[in-house]
Amino acid sequence: MKIELKHLTKRFPNRSKNQPDVIAVNDFNLEIPSGKLIGLLGPSGCGKSTALNLLCGLLKPTEGQILFGEDDVTKLPAEKRGVGFVFQSYALYPHLTVQQNITFPLENLKGKDKLTREQMQKRAYEAAKLVQIEGLMDRKPSELSGGQQQRVAIARALVKMPRVLLLDEPLSNLDARLRLQTREEIRRIQKETKITTVFVTHDQEEAMSISDLIVVMKDGVIQQIGKPQEVYDRPLNLFVAKFLGTPPINVFSGRICAGKLFIGEDAVLDIDGAEDQEVWVGVRPEGFVLKEQSGPLHCTLSGVEVMGRDISVVASHPAMQGTTVRSIISAENMVELEDETTVRFAVKPSKVHVFSKKTELRIPFEAK
Amino acid sequence: MEKNNLKGWLYLLPAIAFLGFFMVYPLIDVFIYSFEEGYNSASQTYYGVGLYNYSYVLRDPYFLQAVKNTLILVGITVPLSTGLALLISVGLSSIRTLRNAFQTIYFLPYVTNTLAVGLVFMILFKKTPYTDGLANLIIGWFGAEPIDFIDGPYWAKMFVLCFYTIWVVLPFKILILTSALASVNEIYYNAARVDGTPKHRIFTRITLPMISPTLFYLIVTGFIGAFKAYSDAVALFGTDLNAAEMNTIVGYVYDMLYGNSGGYPSYASAAAIILFMIVLTITCINLLVSKKHVHY
Amino acid sequence: MEKQVDYEKLEKSERIRGALGKAVIYVLLVAWALMVLFPFYWMVLTSVKGYGAYNSEYIPQLYTLAPTLENYVEAFTAVPLARYFVNTLIFTLATTAIMMIVTVLAAYAFARMNFPGKDAAFVVFLSLMMIPSELVIITNFVTITNLGLRNSFLGLILPSVTSVFYIYLLKENFEQVPGELYYAAKVDGTSDLKYLLKVMIPICRPTIVTITILKVIECWNSYVWPRLITDDSDYFLVSNGIQTIRESGFGRENIPAMMAAVVSISVPLIVLFLIFRQKIMAGVARGGTKG
Repeated sequence: MKIELKHLTKRFPNRSKNQPDVIAVNDFNLEIPSGKLIGLLGPSGCGKSTALNLLCGLLKPTEGQILFGEDDVTKLPAEKRGVGFVFQSYALYPHLTVQQNITFPLENLKGKDKLTREQMQKRAYEAAKLVQIEGLMDRKPSELSGGQQQRVAIARALVKMPRVLLLDEPLSNLDARLRLQTREEIRRIQKETKITTVFVTHDQEEAMSISDLIVVMKDGVIQQIGKPQEVYDRPLNLFVAKFLGTPPINVFSGRICAGKLFIGEDAVLDIDGAEDQEVWVGVRPEGFVLKEQSGPLHCTLSGVEVMGRDISVVASHPAMQGTTVRSIISAENMVELEDETTVRFAVKPSKVHVFSKKTELRIPFEAK
Repeated sequence: MEKNNLKGWLYLLPAIAFLGFFMVYPLIDVFIYSFEEGYNSASQTYYGVGLYNYSYVLRDPYFLQAVKNTLILVGITVPLSTGLALLISVGLSSIRTLRNAFQTIYFLPYVTNTLAVGLVFMILFKKTPYTDGLANLIIGWFGAEPIDFIDGPYWAKMFVLCFYTIWVVLPFKILILTSALASVNEIYYNAARVDGTPKHRIFTRITLPMISPTLFYLIVTGFIGAFKAYSDAVALFGTDLNAAEMNTIVGYVYDMLYGNSGGYPSYASAAAIILFMIVLTITCINLLVSKKHVHY
Repeated sequence: MEKQVDYEKLEKSERIRGALGKAVIYVLLVAWALMVLFPFYWMVLTSVKGYGAYNSEYIPQLYTLAPTLENYVEAFTAVPLARYFVNTLIFTLATTAIMMIVTVLAAYAFARMNFPGKDAAFVVFLSLMMIPSELVIITNFVTITNLGLRNSFLGLILPSVTSVFYIYLLKENFEQVPGELYYAAKVDGTSDLKYLLKVMIPICRPTIVTITILKVIECWNSYVWPRLITDDSDYFLVSNGIQTIRESGFGRENIPAMMAAVVSISVPLIVLFLIFRQKIMAGVARGGTKG
């Protein structure tokens, strides 16, 4: 089912008196296509969990509308919305077994939806099988590992066949290996069930790897919506550019002057279609090309880190914002850097993003 | 470390002295008393050793009356006060405005002198030649005849005693239950709401199991406390509880020890030990029942 | 389109149910609050009604237009209420102070010191928690009588000092103070007593204050033991005093004066409670859930 958010806003009264309200979610406009997996991404405190709670009805919006398909559910309380929710700490009822936890939502069904005991057992078994915990049905949550608890929570959210599945930082309580495995699992389950799914995370890698669409948020405001690769390749503003990608993008102070893009005093690209102005220049680590003599960007070398497939060249540049310039060069393009004190780079135009210093918005340009 | 050896016991000495003299020794002594037949407190002599004290107490109509009163009191006040406390605590937890004010008010009886406030209850319920009292005024609105709740029929007196007992024990129970309810993680309620759970089902399937250890603790201590009822009755009906037919087991013990009918520590000991046995039995039954119903 | 209507209905019925539920809850809470407050109101009200005015009310009046303080004068002059107050104060302060010293020393020994037999001693202490006071009061009564301590403060105070539960509570709290502090102090050559006074007690002050307040409340309201051990009204505590007033009264059935006495002995604790509200309630809650 399609979900539509129109001008959705949530304000909380400020704890200290006479301060303006805290705006956790500010004028959200978002259309989530049916059957897709959406990653809601942003640093902690950006309002993404608030947005999720608005979606499931645990919070009431101050303004705006939420539509599930054609239905306006804005003022509908959580218990009537028919969403599945996986909580960050799973919220499994500690006094119930896995089986009882999973059947719990089914026992709430009334009227024509009411199920017999056998039907519930069957549905619970199917849901458990989907997340591969059908062998643990008689255990209590305290007897399960973190990963298993996570699966039970997902099974419980799925068992009532929700119209929408919401996941709040579903992987943050798992260790690194389990996290990788579980995210594949979530992707698989979502594909099998085709339930419109929204999940919240602060981990950009996680969001990029499994989402059909990502929504990047900052301070309650949507920064950019798009397919993961699109957002990575064409960040609309400096924040998005900095937030996505590991290692992070290198940001330099620069300017556009007479058809040339300068980083500091180095003219790195000839460009078209942009006015002369002061700019931030972002260069992805993989956007550097190591040149022995002809590279326009002069950096002072501080070290080389060999990572196997790739080599990371760490250097510094006077115009660099932050500490070091980090470039990633594939091993076959590597040149000998022994005894060198300076390195010279060229940049790949597709990996360079230019933002206005005033607005921090993307400035489109064409490389010549 | 050597020096520490003696020092540790030195720090414990005052506690050991007090507890030994006023708790351990009396505990042993009370059993001895209860088996000494015909003990005379003036000459500190006795005739023989046996179960006579127990059989005397068990045949004493005053004791039987006290047991009956205590059992009725326990049977009525423990379930009622626990249920009422649960109801009020759940109400308290579901509101925000005025919550602190309510909590403070509800706790007031805990810090007041039972004897003193008991007097207020007495004058509220008492019927004298000059006035029927406020309670009678109120039941009069419903067309009932005035009753003397303090010197009148047995059940009227029992009603006031139960009412006052509940009034006195409720603050503690409300406080404990409110903090138990507050300690249930909000996230379970959210999860249940998202799953479309109706309120009453959230209460029976989540809230109750989660606070069941506390609830059980309150029931156990409630039983123990109610079996030891005494000063509430004194406050309402005066010190001569036997005459008022309102004596309790503990009251019987004290009366045997001291006062108009006093001077029989052996009978008092036997009665106290019988009380202790009853409480122990009930507590054990409680524990067995809880094994089945208390989660975790 | 039909579905739209359905949703609006759902919304509305939810809102109405919510508001209705809230209203029911408030009615219930207010009802019980009145039930709690009414006896207090009634005692204050009665205590300011004139003797004649009170006795002429066949139907009790819920207010008075001619408040008077004469009952308070009567309460303090016709019976030695002030004496009961002083007695209770002495009893409360002495009992609490001695108990505190005993408790702190014992809790410290259990929490921080090493000595042979400590674990066994602690088990014995814990098992003493289950002994009902009704069982030991008989022998204590005989003991105190034989020692000739009836009608004396010593007889009142000594058996009231024991309280295993507070030792347990304080020990738990002492144990939360990091052990490193103790060893650091030892290395510096600090004596145990100095460490206890300068480090442990200041750190654990909240618990000590809580225990003190709870013991004060207990002492102020104690009735059974004082009743057994005193028959000379010079040594009566307020509870016994109130009971005497009830039985023999002011020579005649003077309920307003009785209520004045009741108000007088209730006020100190209520004031104490209102000042230390948070501490007392937290202390009782903690004591309760751990007990």
